[in-house]
Amino acid sequence: MKFTVDRAVLLKALAHVQSVVERRNTIPILANVLIDAKTEGNLTLTATDMEIAVVEEVAGVTVARGGRTTAPAATLYEIVRKLPEGARVELDHGGGDGPLTLRAGKFNTTLAVLPVDDFPSMTEGRLPTKFAIKAGVLRDLIDRTRFAISTEETRYYLNGIYLHAAEAEGAPVLRAVATDGHRLARVEEPLPEGAKGMPGVIVPRKTVNEVRKLAEETQDEIEIRLSDTKIRFGLGTVALTSKLIDGTFPEYERVIPRGNDKKLTVPKKDFEEAVARVAAISSERSRPVKLSISRNNLLLTANSPEQGQAQEELDADTVAYESSPLEIGFQARYLTDITAQIGDKVEFLFADGAAPTIVKDEAKPEALYVLMPMRV
Amino acid sequence: MPSLCRDCLRHAAQPFGRCPACGSRRTVTHPDLFHLTVAHVDCDAFYASVEKRDRPDLLTKPVIVGGGKRGVVAAACYLARTRGVRSAMPMFKALAACPDAVVIKPEMAKYVREGRRIRALMEALTPLVQPLSIDEAVLDLTGTEALHGAPPAVVLARFARQVEKEVGVTVSIGLAANRLMAKLAAERDKPRGFAVIGAGEAAGWLAPQPVSLLPGIGPAMAKRLQAAGFSTLGQLAALSPREAMQRFGEDGPSLAARARGEDERRVIPDRETKSISAETTFEADIAARAALEAPLWRMCEKLARRLKEKDLAAAGVTLKLKTAAFATRTRAARLPQPTRLPDVLFAAAQPLLAREADGTAFRLIGIGAQPLVQAAEADRGDLADPEAPKRAARWAAVEALRARFGDDAVVKGRGLKMGRRE
Repeated sequence: MKFTVDRAVLLKALAHVQSVVERRNTIPILANVLIDAKTEGNLTLTATDMEIAVVEEVAGVTVARGGRTTAPAATLYEIVRKLPEGARVELDHGGGDGPLTLRAGKFNTTLAVLPVDDFPSMTEGRLPTKFAIKAGVLRDLIDRTRFAISTEETRYYLNGIYLHAAEAEGAPVLRAVATDGHRLARVEEPLPEGAKGMPGVIVPRKTVNEVRKLAEETQDEIEIRLSDTKIRFGLGTVALTSKLIDGTFPEYERVIPRGNDKKLTVPKKDFEEAVARVAAISSERSRPVKLSISRNNLLLTANSPEQGQAQEELDADTVAYESSPLEIGFQARYLTDITAQIGDKVEFLFADGAAPTIVKDEAKPEALYVLMPMRV
Repeated sequence: MPSLCRDCLRHAAQPFGRCPACGSRRTVTHPDLFHLTVAHVDCDAFYASVEKRDRPDLLTKPVIVGGGKRGVVAAACYLARTRGVRSAMPMFKALAACPDAVVIKPEMAKYVREGRRIRALMEALTPLVQPLSIDEAVLDLTGTEALHGAPPAVVLARFARQVEKEVGVTVSIGLAANRLMAKLAAERDKPRGFAVIGAGEAAGWLAPQPVSLLPGIGPAMAKRLQAAGFSTLGQLAALSPREAMQRFGEDGPSLAARARGEDERRVIPDRETKSISAETTFEADIAARAALEAPLWRMCEKLARRLKEKDLAAAGVTLKLKTAAFATRTRAARLPQPTRLPDVLFAAAQPLLAREADGTAFRLIGIGAQPLVQAAEADRGDLADPEAPKRAARWAAVEALRARFGDDAVVKGRGLKMGRRE
């Protein structure tokens, strides 16, 4: 195998694939990227952690001699990254156990390879559901839900985003839901053509994060194909295939309160900054910020056993609230995680000081957040 | 040899049989009486005694506290015990032995309340009070003589009198040089007892006793020891640390030491329980995961019950396994939210067990709750598990059925022992 390629092209491709490689890996081959150069001028790079596989088709390659090998992804990426801009890179592998040689200008190095036959291949199987979604829409779905993904091992079925087809006010929608038990995020978009009848799937957190990175670079449509065990995201020259979480997502509809009628609206910026300021008094992340709400007035307080109390008042200039007075506490970070996804005005819908609260973006009804209060 | 009257507290350096002051025969005489400082205090037939106190009409009747006709005996008064009734005996057997017994449903909250009153009296004697259960504690009175103006033995006798007068139940006290001997002494003279075992006589007293006398040697362990040729504590006591290690693994040397009446454990005043656990030793070693899950489930139920009794909840679980070679393995996991439900404890322990059940033969399995939190925090449900309060209610119903009809009234399939009917 021998080919040359522009440094920038190779770097971009390596950046895509190397990030799925596990840094702390006990299986050496999983640290490697599979390099496959075909005589007709195609190069594909593949990396996998056995849960996710990323395959990148690289264009603009001059293949002198076709062949396949595997080399350490992180090391290769680091080297290519440090090569001067505009460099032309040559990769040369004589076959067998011999090392892979990388040359660029006056620089050259060798890298140890591992046998191609040891590289695990992930079979996609049949992926009957197929639809396309705008990159911007997918980014939105991910951004507004992924902060609520649980990291807790015992309830592994919460370790991802639940993606499924549903109906909202008579219209079919594609819904993304995530919860860690303390907060829940539910975002919906019109159901793309082809997604009707799709199985509900739980996309693992790492897959979500990888796809989000890849989706950053494109405005095009992303092609999604899935079965009830695998999902494949096609983004131009990159394809990411992932296993899905084998579990049952909770019946989240039942925890979304219906009768919350005490409505508070407050500008996002004022609210977010006030929460951050009062919460700064305590280094303990789980300490609550208390919201004392009365007619067109919101008082935020936080306590720290060491420092004392911090408080900030938002009054009728910014706050709108017409219902009976209420006191309720939330973990500061949970509040700011949600407000970070909100545009100008935050809308809270309360029942009482102990019941789940709904948070919305006043201008974007398609996203809904539920937050469990803390005792204050 | 010093003597003490337990009724009027008269004491002297010279021995007396009948108290010279009040004429009582309830005296205690022992060469080390005024030097020993570790005491084990145990309430006599506690639940039954509290009930008798509240219903004086029952004073002369045999009283059993426990579930209905098909339940088990939680406590039996001494009158019932003379007729052969024992704790944990199935109720039908107890009633067969003592048909005229008055059976009373347990009222745990009341016993907890009375237990706390007694504990408060203990804490007035010394800061070193380590509660062992609701009605049992060990006290270290070292260095309190100047404070009380009397040696520990006198202070303890006064305490026993005070509990009888103020709480209305009797206690038995064991006074010795360490915790182990104090416990054994307390068991020796019951009810309303006061037994003393001196440091010098401990080994001699233990030597002819059966191995099962030693706390920590359950029926399974006793069988194992007997099979290995050890039926008395004297035989165990004779082992050198090295021999003990070879025969019984890392726990061996301490086993032999305890058989000699040695015990280094200090009295640790933990007013707050830090962990609660339940464990069981198998009759025969078990390696298969599925077979380990049945006793694990039963221990989870037991742990759930203990949590309820102490009004606490588990914020995490610790799985404990002991291999056939006596090596202990513990694995811990944090719970998403505190619980008192056995199925939540089990669900958290199951993956921990799956990782350990690699074909190794185990002799013991246990489950612990740690850290502990207030019960009010438990099973409140969250956005991902709104059903938790319902499950808690269901479990409470099962427990209520068991309290009335016995532990076997409702049994989960996974708790059943394989291959035999119970």
